[in-house]
Amino acid sequence: MIAQAIFYVLAVLTVGSSAIVAFSRNIVRSTFALLGAFMGVVGIYVLLAADFVAMIQLLVYVGGILVLTLFAVMLTQGIADVTISNRAVGRLPALIISAVAAGIMIFAVFRTPWRQSARIIVAPTTYGIGNAFLGPYALPFELASIVLLAALIGAVVISRPLDRGVSNRLSNEE
Amino acid sequence: MPGGLTLNHFLVLSLIVFALGLFCVMSRRNAIGILMGVELILNSANINYLAFALFGGGRYDGQVFSLFVIMLAAAEAVVGLAIVLAIYQDLRTIDVDATETLNG
Repeated sequence: MIAQAIFYVLAVLTVGSSAIVAFSRNIVRSTFALLGAFMGVVGIYVLLAADFVAMIQLLVYVGGILVLTLFAVMLTQGIADVTISNRAVGRLPALIISAVAAGIMIFAVFRTPWRQSARIIVAPTTYGIGNAFLGPYALPFELASIVLLAALIGAVVISRPLDRGVSNRLSNEE
Repeated sequence: MPGGLTLNHFLVLSLIVFALGLFCVMSRRNAIGILMGVELILNSANINYLAFALFGGGRYDGQVFSLFVIMLAAAEAVVGLAIVLAIYQDLRTIDVDATETLNG
C-alpha cells in the first residue's frame, strides 16, 4: 500500500510538471517545471529498483541538462516575453494528435499480455551494471565515449563566434 | 513488486509523459521548447526500459540501455543548444519557422 501511495505522489509530480512544461506559454516557467518532471522521474527510477540510474539521472539531467537549458533560455530571450499565438502545428491539432496517440498506446498496453518474470529481484545494481559495461557492453561503452568527444568538439565549433575574416571573404565571393 | 504495483502502472505513466512531450514538440515554435519536449520523450522511454528490466526478471540489459539513452540525451542537448545559440547569434531569433535561410 505504501509503495502505491509513493507511486501516485511521484506520478502526480511527474505528470503535473510535464503538463506545465508542455502547456505553459512562458518558456522560463516551462524550464523550471522541467526540474519537477526530472525529480519525479528520479523517484520513479528508485521505485523501479534502479538506484544507479536514478543517481545518474540526477547528476546528468538536473545538474547538467537543466542548467544548460536554463542558460540557453536566459541567453536567447527577453526573460518573460514569449506569448506567441500562432504556432507550428497549432495547439488544438497537436493536442488531438497526442491524445489519440496516447489513447491508442494505452489501449495496446492493457490489451497486451506482457511476458513477466514470476520472481522480481529488488537489489543494488551498481555491481551488475559495472560488470555489464566492462563485459558484454564494452564496445558500445567505448563508442559512447567517442560520441561524447565528438559532441564536445562539435558544440565548441558550432557555438564559437564566426571568424570575421572568413565571413567577409564569404560575402565577397557572393 | 511489493505493494501491488504492476507493470501497467509504469507503462501508463510513461505513455502520459510521452504524450505531453509529443504535444510540446509539435506545438512549440521556440527551439529550446522543442528540445525540452524531446527530453520528456527520452525520459518516458527510460521509464519503459527500467520497468521492463525490473518486471522482466532483473537482468541488467534494460538499465544499461537507459544509461546509454541518458548519455545520448546529454550529447543531443549540448549540440542542440549550441546550434540554437549559433542561430540566435546570426538571426536574433530562435523561432523555427523563421530559420529558413538554409532552404534551397
